[in-house]
Amino acid sequence: MGKAKLEDKNQNISVEDHGAEHDHDHHQSFITKYIFSTDHKTIAKQYLITGIFWAFIGGMLSVIFRLQLGFPDMELEWLRPLLGKWITETGKLDPEFYLALVTMHGTIMVFFVLTAGLSGTFSNFLIPLQIGARDMASGFMNMLSYWFFFASSVVMFFSLFIETGPASGGWVVYPPLSALPQAISGSGLGMTLWLIAMALFIASTLLGGINYITTIINLRTEGMSFTRLPLTIWAFLLTAILGLLSFPVLFAAALLLIFDRSFGTSFFLSEIFINGEALPNIGGSPILYQHLFWFLGHPEVYIVILPAFGITSEIIATNSRKPIFGYRAMIGSLLAITVLSFLVWAHHMFVSGLNPFLGSVFVLFTLIIAIPSAVKVFNYLTTLWRGNIVFTPAMLFSIGLVSFFISGGLTGIFLGNSAIDIQLHDTYFVVAHFHLVMGSAAFFGMMAGVYHWFPKMFGRMMDARMGYVHFWLTFIGIYLVFFPMHYLGIAGFPRRYYSFTNFDAFNIFTDLNSFISVAAILTFAAQLVFAFNFFYSIFRGRLAPLNPWRSNTLEWTTPRFLGHGNWPGEIPKVYRWPYDYSKPGAREDFIPQNVPLSVTPESNLPSEKEKVDAENRRTKEKSVNEK
Amino acid sequence: MKIKTLENIEIIRDRKESSINPRKFIVWLFIATIVMLFAALTSAYLVKQGEGNWLHFEIPDMFWVTSVVIILSSISMQFAYISAKKDNISWIRGCLLITMVLGLAFLAGQYLSWGELVRQDVFFVGNPAGSFIYVLTGLHAVHLISGIIFLAIVLYSAFKYRIHAKNLNSLEMSVTYWHFLGGLWLYLFFFLKIYH
Ligand code: HEM
Ligand SMILES: [Cu+2]
Repeated sequence: MGKAKLEDKNQNISVEDHGAEHDHDHHQSFITKYIFSTDHKTIAKQYLITGIFWAFIGGMLSVIFRLQLGFPDMELEWLRPLLGKWITETGKLDPEFYLALVTMHGTIMVFFVLTAGLSGTFSNFLIPLQIGARDMASGFMNMLSYWFFFASSVVMFFSLFIETGPASGGWVVYPPLSALPQAISGSGLGMTLWLIAMALFIASTLLGGINYITTIINLRTEGMSFTRLPLTIWAFLLTAILGLLSFPVLFAAALLLIFDRSFGTSFFLSEIFINGEALPNIGGSPILYQHLFWFLGHPEVYIVILPAFGITSEIIATNSRKPIFGYRAMIGSLLAITVLSFLVWAHHMFVSGLNPFLGSVFVLFTLIIAIPSAVKVFNYLTTLWRGNIVFTPAMLFSIGLVSFFISGGLTGIFLGNSAIDIQLHDTYFVVAHFHLVMGSAAFFGMMAGVYHWFPKMFGRMMDARMGYVHFWLTFIGIYLVFFPMHYLGIAGFPRRYYSFTNFDAFNIFTDLNSFISVAAILTFAAQLVFAFNFFYSIFRGRLAPLNPWRSNTLEWTTPRFLGHGNWPGEIPKVYRWPYDYSKPGAREDFIPQNVPLSVTPESNLPSEKEKVDAENRRTKEKSVNEK
Repeated sequence: MKIKTLENIEIIRDRKESSINPRKFIVWLFIATIVMLFAALTSAYLVKQGEGNWLHFEIPDMFWVTSVVIILSSISMQFAYISAKKDNISWIRGCLLITMVLGLAFLAGQYLSWGELVRQDVFFVGNPAGSFIYVLTGLHAVHLISGIIFLAIVLYSAFKYRIHAKNLNSLEMSVTYWHFLGGLWLYLFFFLKIYH
């Protein structure tokens, strides 16, 4: 005992092979351990908890605007303590504040919950653990990444409470609306704060992404070749690459918008009359902003969904007790999606006055991207097919993702055709499309990840029964909310409208709208079950077994409560891919990645046998030589 | 027991050195983000120009001078690297100092070129054709300042005898970054020359 006190100079970690449960933490103060921590696991938890906080804020905002849409005559006086002057004298929601709610809901959900909360949590948590590294390439940059996100969160949160209200131009903040403070009150200070928050957010994403890529490429343990990486890691790698290439473009757009707003330049502005007064700006183009924004915006939707894909691939294979179907096809489709996602941005701009011939190029690429998406769906279904499925809550959420991705993806094919999109653009059909395919699917991926890796994060189990309740309420609720929206959209109901009661055409949908609102409120309420389960289990959950899901990846070879450095002894080596589930002849229905081929002769494939034989021959020769 | 420990360290070292140094890799990724930033801005420039309503004016001649200055600075930076490999400590310091002075001269030159623009009545606020020049040069200057700060840190360690043939990492990173910034400027200059 105590023989291998091993100092890893590169990472400043020393680890003893006894007393696994208490290595090193006694050197750290509360602040370096829980607040300004450089441990990837702590940073992941910080991201997760901040993300959950934002998810509740974002959800609450949507409940408020759903009240307005579902019950336009409702007396909202009771919200005055919360919303103050945004409730008008007649007890109604202020129309401009309605726009602010929609904008902040979108911004928060897309960026703060499904980008930072999802990638930030799981890339940070799983990359070092699954590739066999003691920590990220740069713990300091990683810490910085979280604190930039935190600062961004503070600014965005603060903007909710200012006199003129938060940004109100939609989550895409198109100029000229967003560029002219005199346009609506939300384009004043609220918009400035939005831009500051996003600049900080971009810095955070880039710091994080650079770290993820570097870590995955440089710090894999021995034997962990790219073709042995779990699909989670592949997905995180490509997500980070997408972010690295697209967020700087959003930064460019934001920068030019800042100049237009605060310095009087005219990048996006030209020949505008406002309140009868002509503005001096000449020569700019608002379409230019749309190009810059969607060059990020479309990859961004994949930044949101790819990590969810990675997480579910892992969970579905584990809980089907089968190798993932088409491992290489899964990687191939991830790569294809990554490349194609840079070539389709203008499908958001079919009605912006884009040249129709250019539009058809984008139609083509958009429809091509459906192919790798379909490959993924096919492989999920074939992995499930005749598996010995274990319905853990994480598994249910993963299957839910597949369901949402199918039903939301199909409508994408409609929208991708410019001829149909001219009718459907900016209607509730689009809202239904992206809430299913991106919002709900990625949210389910995130929930699946939380239920699955909670035991590793906190050393305790979440309550499964509450998990099932949470799943069924949310799954059914989401379909009740978003499915009817397709009908609204086909009927022409525009998105981001405060009120539709003045339009005869839409009056018949009053009941449907009330129905959606009720479903939305119930679905939101169901999330409280999750919140309770989550926070209660952190402190009181049943202690977790070391490998509760009988899974193959390396994180399950660590002790229950793991210190900085992850493995108390040496880092395990990797001898096989992560999907050896139910291998014919094997003693158990799973063989972890760190089990050498030489100890599983009963299940080795012919090619693996040869490898073992060759290895044996080599060691024999070596010992002969030594003698 | 001592021996065992040493062996372990060796194993880790071997593995670490066979792959690229992660910190150098980080520099490359950082460079990729800057490339995307300027790719976005120059494509935006082209898109805007294609839409018409574009002001025509002369690109400042000063840009020729600053281009030469930045090429010279890259050469002296490369000399610093070569001398470091040869453990020629005083040369490292000299070359780094020259690079730094040239970098500052470049910034001064860029500032003067803005003056040339103003004399042609091209301002930051006005037709986007002019605003773009200011944004492109200004943003490049901001990155160059970050390069100079990096350089200053390396120079400081050079004076502390911390840069030599066995310890080249930080110098190498700053050389990479510096050459990149020089290349980026030449790209911007030719871009502006061709499309103005
Ligand atoms: C089968 C593949 C898909 C196709 C062909 C497709 C096509 C489209 C099109 C054409 C639009 C623009 C509709 C309009 O505004 O008029 C759109 C909107 C959108 N899509 Fe998809 N999509 C696909 C998959 C996805 C996926 C996988 C995600 C996210 C993970 C996603 C997220 C979004 C979002 C967020 C919007 C709305 C953005 C906004 O206007 O606020 N889509 N989609
Ligand atoms: Cu898109």
